[in-house]
Amino acid sequence: MSPRAARFAIYAQLILGAVLMIIPMLWMVSASLMPAGQASTYPPRLLPRQVTFEHYVALFTRLELGRSLVNSALIAFTVTALSIVINSMAGYAFAKLRFRGREPLFRVLAAAMVIPVQVSMLPLFLLMKQLGLINSYWGVIVPGMASIFGIFLIRQYAQSIPDDLLDAARMDGAGELRIYTHIVLPTIVPILATMAIWTFLSTWNDFMWPLIVLSDDAKWTLPVALANLSGEHVQDTELMMAGSVLTILPVMLVFLFLQRYYIQGVMAGSVKG
Amino acid sequence: MTDTTTGTGEISIRAEAGIAAVAGSGRRRGGLRAPAERNPAAYWFLAPALVLIFIFFFLPVMAALGLSFTDFDIYAVGDPANTRWVGLRNYTQLLGTPLFWQALRNTFYFALVGGPLSIGVSLGAALLLNQKMVRFKGLFRTVYFAPFVTTLVAVAIVWRYMFHTRYGLLNYGLGAFGMGPVDWLGDPRWAMPAIILMTVWKSFGYNMLIFIAGLQAIPEELYEAARIDGASAWQRFRHVTLPGLAPTLVFVTVITMIGFFQLFVEPYVMTMGGPLRSTTSVVLLMYEEGFRWWRIGHAAAVAFVLFIVILIATLVQLALQKRWSDA
Repeated sequence: MSPRAARFAIYAQLILGAVLMIIPMLWMVSASLMPAGQASTYPPRLLPRQVTFEHYVALFTRLELGRSLVNSALIAFTVTALSIVINSMAGYAFAKLRFRGREPLFRVLAAAMVIPVQVSMLPLFLLMKQLGLINSYWGVIVPGMASIFGIFLIRQYAQSIPDDLLDAARMDGAGELRIYTHIVLPTIVPILATMAIWTFLSTWNDFMWPLIVLSDDAKWTLPVALANLSGEHVQDTELMMAGSVLTILPVMLVFLFLQRYYIQGVMAGSVKG
Repeated sequence: MTDTTTGTGEISIRAEAGIAAVAGSGRRRGGLRAPAERNPAAYWFLAPALVLIFIFFFLPVMAALGLSFTDFDIYAVGDPANTRWVGLRNYTQLLGTPLFWQALRNTFYFALVGGPLSIGVSLGAALLLNQKMVRFKGLFRTVYFAPFVTTLVAVAIVWRYMFHTRYGLLNYGLGAFGMGPVDWLGDPRWAMPAIILMTVWKSFGYNMLIFIAGLQAIPEELYEAARIDGASAWQRFRHVTLPGLAPTLVFVTVITMIGFFQLFVEPYVMTMGGPLRSTTSVVLLMYEEGFRWWRIGHAAAVAFVLFIVILIATLVQLALQKRWSDA
């Protein structure tokens, strides 16, 4: 193949791939703006004949999805904030502080990451029931506050902090807490940003645990509310597309604006050894 | 629970980091410089995370094993005193339940067909994007990766309509090529392939990024040398790219399998496990047994079977990796 033909073939595949990737998303947005019934025609309509926002209005007024939006945001922000503090402390300790049993402890944590989280869910539900956290935001938040992956990510990064820097601060009489807040935290800001976005997006997108813990529809997160809605409104294609847009749009915006940090997390997670 | 994904479209990040850490733990230890004395403050830094992880993860996992040997059910949810020890009965009952075998078969179908397909697409996209002459790499990368960050529930709902027999875009597209309409989610033969198709669309971008990182780590000189020796494009791929990518490939296979074995959201939202139970996965079965019928002892046994399956699959692949890298 001539270089020109090769180049053409490569671009053709890349563009075809990109179009296939985008179509479901574009159709979702387009259908959400169609009047009821217009998305269920043959041949399928790609663009609305006339644009309407009635489904979005219905989501917020009649179906009160605004409440779920607030719930999702509240839970995702709280988990993110708390997990940054808790995981960064542990990650720093594993990376830089000397204590008995450090290596075996870390290996146990790392090995536990192969255990599928669903195994813990049945007893966790019973535990939450004992603690009175069923159907409360804390029931969703608490299990997400510490994560082995978060600790792992921060440990990887914190290992690059020079020991001399920490020792010098100790010589000057700085306490450990002061070292953590004044030297460690500022140094690891990039990985904290990465972790914050990861945590926020995965908390927002999580489904199974909120589905299990939250029984009262006023407390539902968006994915739970949406799944429930889609069971009741199977025929209302346009309404369901509006609900999907509402659920996906916030995470898409976060991702598009902060993708540099997010993608760093993918790469950092895949570093071997 | 935040760092895990309870659906398959997304991949279990926890597991991934775990494998990386275990694989690397032997090599790195010597490199750490040991400060002179121990630091008691370390325990205060660790305590919040470790206490949380112990109470809300390790303890429940151990309790799940215990529960799987009991008849914990709706009456025990009301009053735990109603629980009785039943030994292996839950497990033996499972083995005699056709639905359990079907769920296991469906899950393996999804993992063993969907997993390799997803990896193949990821690798293909990474190879295309890694071509030196391609411009707008960042744009393509973003477009291919974007579905990965979206909410699986919402995406599954969108695809349910894409798969619609009469009005769906997919059948319309097939029609343009003269192919008849397929009843994607209504036909037991097509429901799982449909779910696989959607999952590959949503998740391949993640492995693609990892492959791109792996490809970039292969030294350019190796390709130069191969070119000078007159190697064809295929030979260069076979003898330079593939060996260079081998560790990445095994790693990606392990994390993808772990993720795919946890199939839940897609069938929950798109098919409710149907038609004719053709998309009931192990996790969906666990959810139904546990949280719909409150047969928690039974559900715990299902969960442990899933754990064992994932564990064996992981160990087999790590053993293969060892063999591969020793060879």
